[in-house]
Amino acid sequence: MDAVATYALRLGDDSLILGQRLSEWCGHAPALEVDLSLANVALDQIGQATHFLNLAGELEGKGRDGDALAFRRDVMDFTNCLLVEQPNGDFAQTIARQFLFSHYQELLFTALMASKNATIAAIAAKAVKETAYHAVLASDWVVRLGDGTDESKARMIAGLDWMWRFADELFAMDDVDAAAIKAGVGIDKAALRSSWDTRIDAVLAEATLMRPASRRPVLGGRVGRHSEHLGHLLTEMQFLQRAYPGATW
Amino acid sequence: MSDASKEWPLWEVFVRGKGGLSHRHVGSVHAADAKMALEHARDTYTRRMEGVSLWVLPSAQITSSDPGDAGALFEPAEDKVYRHPTFYKIPDGITHI
Amino acid sequence: MYTTDLSGKGKGKAEKAVAEDPALVAAFEARVASDEFIEPKDWMPEAYRKTLVRQMSQHAHSEIVGMLPEGNWITRAPNLRRKAILLAKVQDEAGHGLYLYSAAETLGTSRDEMTEALLSGKAKYSTIFNYPTLTWADIGAIGWLVDGAAIMNQVPLQRTSYGPYARAMVRICKEESFHQRQGYEIMMHLADGTDAQKRMAQDALNRWWWPSLMMFGPPDDKSPNTEQSMRWRIKRDTNDELRQKFVDITVPQAEAIGLTVPDDKLVWNEERGAYDFGEVDWEEFYAVVKGEGPVAKERMQARVKAWEDGEWVRDAARVHAEKRAAAKLAAE
Repeated sequence: MDAVATYALRLGDDSLILGQRLSEWCGHAPALEVDLSLANVALDQIGQATHFLNLAGELEGKGRDGDALAFRRDVMDFTNCLLVEQPNGDFAQTIARQFLFSHYQELLFTALMASKNATIAAIAAKAVKETAYHAVLASDWVVRLGDGTDESKARMIAGLDWMWRFADELFAMDDVDAAAIKAGVGIDKAALRSSWDTRIDAVLAEATLMRPASRRPVLGGRVGRHSEHLGHLLTEMQFLQRAYPGATW
Repeated sequence: MSDASKEWPLWEVFVRGKGGLSHRHVGSVHAADAKMALEHARDTYTRRMEGVSLWVLPSAQITSSDPGDAGALFEPAEDKVYRHPTFYKIPDGITHI
Repeated sequence: MYTTDLSGKGKGKAEKAVAEDPALVAAFEARVASDEFIEPKDWMPEAYRKTLVRQMSQHAHSEIVGMLPEGNWITRAPNLRRKAILLAKVQDEAGHGLYLYSAAETLGTSRDEMTEALLSGKAKYSTIFNYPTLTWADIGAIGWLVDGAAIMNQVPLQRTSYGPYARAMVRICKEESFHQRQGYEIMMHLADGTDAQKRMAQDALNRWWWPSLMMFGPPDDKSPNTEQSMRWRIKRDTNDELRQKFVDITVPQAEAIGLTVPDDKLVWNEERGAYDFGEVDWEEFYAVVKGEGPVAKERMQARVKAWEDGEWVRDAARVHAEKRAAAKLAAE
């Protein structure tokens, strides 16, 4: 895959893996209304994934579509960031992941609306509205849990603590990003960091939470070096396509 | 477990279907606060493009008329037929009235 | 949407009217008989209120527990399109549970009370969900058969006498219109697929056929509440009528995609213009109603876990709202 195809693939993988994780909540959320909310976020992510992965397949030009990419690649070929593959944990951990990611994704899609790749720009323009809502929804929950009971505060702190080491990877740049920028397709993710910090800090302050201490970033997702969790996620997600090769559904 | 004071309060949800229409009652949601009620209303009642605007209102805040008073409240209007345009007979040839 | 008449054996006389004003009762019966809607604040016999709360909450519970068997396959759906459809469908069921709980709440029973009744095993829900979903074809079979059976029950309920219930049903029916079609489409695809997929489809039909017929509830002569419920317009067709209708509609659908309905007594009766079919295993039905379904324990365990795991979240949001309200008050 060339850099632009890989760029689309990364966008798609982020949405796919997060959508898959969120869909695990369906039927198990803390309240009926929250079940509906989480499913809406998951559906948005799966929709984004479908668009980006289909595009990646087209750009690659080897006849793979979104489904082939989602269901028939092994772990080392997945390019999602490590944050989205993290387990749901408790509701606070899920919210922490969504909070950090949705603010990033909203800033990212806002910038990608100017992409010279018309498809990426169009997907971003549609998805940015979805993501803006996800960011608000997650932020509101961070505030409620952070400034709720002693237990919820402790859980929110633990959830953020779990996810924080994966935040830097969101903004990390590499050759693929550089080539995509050069082609006018990608954007400078590192430049999003300060806006993201401002947003995150404002919500944490309202939630009476401290920003987790900086720590050594864990990287590698973009080049297929994942956590142990992703393999299990894929085992489940890809089961039917693996067990019945060649069948259509 | 069913300590009534622990349950998130109930909110009534009103949706404006499209610009120009009034908000219409569509159902209710449970939510801890107004903001959450709006989010829950959005996530529950507008998943199929049902609306362009939402109202939420704590159910406990609604004052409604008593069905027992329905006769006194609504039946007196029944014989005020002169409030309706069809009450008046206008010759066939007359238009724009 | 899933209703099963679970009134079962001998419970028909449990709700005797307690010395109610005969004039009020007569006026109420007359309103219902003339297909008027009863609204929450209207006078209604206590037995009507209780029966409605029971029926609506059972119905709501069925939606919520019904999320589990299909939810079992969301993370394993075979492609992105199927994954989105299934997730949207199971999410709809959460919504439908919510609408129905809301309708029941208008009669003065809180959702928490109803939830507690479900989790403690006091309340019932549709027997169908105590069967396991083993393969992807089960997702097709549930949409096609289970939703198909449910639709038969729910369409007439849009004209049920209790306003909030009827309005919830109108909304549910509208949203559900895609559920059965997506199920049949899955089955169609499998039946037209590889041998392994065909086997999967037939196996699913074999396992879900009889439980689907059970969804219409016990035979009419063993359904003691039917007469009263029909008079009250909270039920509009008898169990056996609906079951027959379901068989008549579904058998040709199975044949059209080359699947065989697992009933060797199934035969078209020219005279009746309907299918004759074998006897449902009522012993199994009553056992499952009592909670002896193959995965009844798993279903309850999942609901209890979600409820208990979610308690700190619900508490936190409530406490946060109280803090905010107090701070706002202090600032004024």
